[in-house]
Amino acid sequence: MDYVIEMVNIRKEFPGIVANDDISINLRKGEVLALLGENGAGKSTLMSILFGLYTPDRGLIKVNGSVVNITNPNDASDLGIGMVHQHFKLVHNFTITENIILGMEPKGIKIDLTDARERIVELSKKYNLNVDPDAKIENVSVGMQQRVEILKMLYRNAEILIFDEPTAVLTPQEILELMKIMRNLIDEGKSIILITHKLKEIKQVADRCTVIRRGKVIDTVDVKTSSLEIMAEKMVGRKVTFSVEKGDGIPGNEILEISNLNVYNNRKVLGVKDFSLKIRSGEIVGIAGVDGNGQTELIEAITGLRDIHSGSIILNGQDISRLSIKERSNRGISHIPEDRHKHGLVLDYSLEENLILEQVESKKFSKNGFINKISMRDHANKIISDFDVRSGMGPLTIVRSMSGGNQQKAIVGREIFQNPDLLIAVQPTRGLDVGSIEYIHKRLVEQRDSGKAVLLVSLELDEILDLSDRIAVINSGELIGVVDGDKTNENEIGLMMAGISKGDKN
Amino acid sequence: MNSDKLRPLWVALISVLLGLIAGGILMAFTGNNPVEGYIYLFKGGLMSIERIGNTLATATALILTGLSVAFAFRTGLFNIGASGQMLMGGLCATALGLSLNLPKPVLLPIVLLAAIIGGGLWGLIPGLLKARFNVHEVVATIMMNWIAFWTVNYAVPSFFKGEYLETESRNIGVNASLRVEWLTKLFNGSYINLGIFLAILSIIVIAIILNRTVLGFQLKAVGFNKDSAKYAGMNVNRNIVLSMVIAGSLSGLAGATFYLGYASNIQIGVLPSQGFDGIAVALLGANSPYGALATAIFFGILHSGKGFMNAMTSIPPEIGDTIIAIIIYFAATSLLIHKFLDKIKAFIKGARKK
Repeated sequence: MDYVIEMVNIRKEFPGIVANDDISINLRKGEVLALLGENGAGKSTLMSILFGLYTPDRGLIKVNGSVVNITNPNDASDLGIGMVHQHFKLVHNFTITENIILGMEPKGIKIDLTDARERIVELSKKYNLNVDPDAKIENVSVGMQQRVEILKMLYRNAEILIFDEPTAVLTPQEILELMKIMRNLIDEGKSIILITHKLKEIKQVADRCTVIRRGKVIDTVDVKTSSLEIMAEKMVGRKVTFSVEKGDGIPGNEILEISNLNVYNNRKVLGVKDFSLKIRSGEIVGIAGVDGNGQTELIEAITGLRDIHSGSIILNGQDISRLSIKERSNRGISHIPEDRHKHGLVLDYSLEENLILEQVESKKFSKNGFINKISMRDHANKIISDFDVRSGMGPLTIVRSMSGGNQQKAIVGREIFQNPDLLIAVQPTRGLDVGSIEYIHKRLVEQRDSGKAVLLVSLELDEILDLSDRIAVINSGELIGVVDGDKTNENEIGLMMAGISKGDKN
Repeated sequence: MNSDKLRPLWVALISVLLGLIAGGILMAFTGNNPVEGYIYLFKGGLMSIERIGNTLATATALILTGLSVAFAFRTGLFNIGASGQMLMGGLCATALGLSLNLPKPVLLPIVLLAAIIGGGLWGLIPGLLKARFNVHEVVATIMMNWIAFWTVNYAVPSFFKGEYLETESRNIGVNASLRVEWLTKLFNGSYINLGIFLAILSIIVIAIILNRTVLGFQLKAVGFNKDSAKYAGMNVNRNIVLSMVIAGSLSGLAGATFYLGYASNIQIGVLPSQGFDGIAVALLGANSPYGALATAIFFGILHSGKGFMNAMTSIPPEIGDTIIAIIIYFAATSLLIHKFLDKIKAFIKGARKK
């Protein structure tokens, strides 16, 4: 068997942690090898070693059978190894062609892009990437940006492509598209390493899967013959339930009532149109819809981040639509935001500071304008133990250094600890591993069972179907319909997401 | 954790060391003995109780402007307007000091308050412009510097003209001066004044606000991440305005200590250099109040020692300024120093393992 890449007994230590503990993997020519592991298991470190961003403490790397020494990304590039990073590295006001040739510009006083452009068009056609070489990055979708990154590698004649969590930023449609592109690449003789913690994707596209847990290789399995359950178990180290265990809810009185809500979006057109919805205590209402159909505007209107144009938002019988964010939070709204880095956290603050972000002014955490550091610490310790938030230095950890899953757990813990009447969770499990997802789902159901109203917004249809008692489908800012969670299926919701009306409005 | 917290200190110390070495090379270039030069430079700043007093008096305004810039920076704002705020603070204080005839214990608080209000107003306007219209504070504060400059140019000759010179105000009376006899005597006739106590008090107050209070927590949160501060229900615009007002007040107070303490009148045609040096003080002091205090005193030594150095050797006094400039240069490129420290750390760790 020909291996294009062999990494043998790689060890890499960071202060206080062994990121890679004698890891060995190999990649065959023309296959997709998935690297599966939870956040912080050591996948990215391993790939950074392969790409020359880190040097290993021990171990060796073979490319096409011969031992190589990769000390920087240029070495990797020369060996035909290319990497698509999770966060794209593109210049926003350059065209796609300019971005692709960046770093290997044709020589001469005036840069002649004609040849480069031609080659890009050719490559784009060959791999079905459908990229416009003259468009500026700032004007193209995230999916297209990712294809530009892929083109960048192909332009540099990469034979071995590494994808680092490529689907984290994509919509479901774009994910499907990417899977097709990956198969195309394989058909053209390329080899791929896919870093991910999403089992479904592995099942769809990968040939073999190497599972890593806590810096060690647990097993390498053939994807076709292994079930999702087995792979998940190997990854997490215990049995994982995929379906959420929840009994029937007991809905009580109305907590939130939105009527005829109209909200402008950033482009100054109505992003939410004449939207009405009721949420009762003891139920989870899921909002399903394709990304960008008014979910963000709706949530921002409810939480007070965005002004409404007309309509009313009633919380516990009182109109809150003109109140400040603070006031709404005081009256019982908690919000797990969509973008935890932009909205949810002050990354340079410590964990304990982040956990009192919204409540620092309350009597519990301050007196005469001075922060009560003791109660701040107690509060942090409670959330940390209750929500299993793992970090290097406990309450004093700077949040920037924590893994995404633990950051999210901290936010979820903070919001639930405010004991809200209405808990709004927007994409609460985005980019998290199976273990964390399971955990957060459990806590959301727990909130429902303790008589809270939960409003869930997610782009993952599975998540909506698993958790929601009722599902409201939104399309171009309008409510298409509301259906019962246990009386519907993916198909029906899918059609409604496309704007075809079904179900009864309430 | 400790070593990380002390990192800014190491960076500052290494910057200073490199600056001094570079200064030494310059001295050697001008045909002088660097060791001798430095002995006289530091002697000039520290050799007698009077000179120590003068060093502290020189440092006073720098402490406050440095604190002003550092505070604004911690809350996400870049205050380049310390000069103008200082000038307005000085003008307001001088105006009241010259106009009111009151006993010292009454007059001093009044002029100080006037300085704080004058400087605060000069911070308020850029703050409002930023909060309301998203005008960048760098542009607004630079413009405010020139408005202050020309206001003084107009007001001083028109209302407070000196006896002989058109270009400066009358000298303020004893009752409005921050100099007090016991302090002057204590330091053998130095121009040290009450300003140094105000500066140190301000350092302590600002350090407490930043580290212990709800206000500091919220201001810093806005500085780090406006969006999450807004999400958490903080009033972002109010915090921006408040930050600028506090920063302006500190610089205004610097103006009072300078024009009513270090000097005894206000001159036209000068934007006080302490305003801009304050940026350097904040930078080298890693934007921490106590860092600003230490840095300002160090700069004070260099400033007040350079004349003595020039008198005793043939080294031009500009070398003192050059050293400061080089130190700032190293502090500004501190990334290199960070890398250097990382390497040392890794080396020590490697050695320990073996």
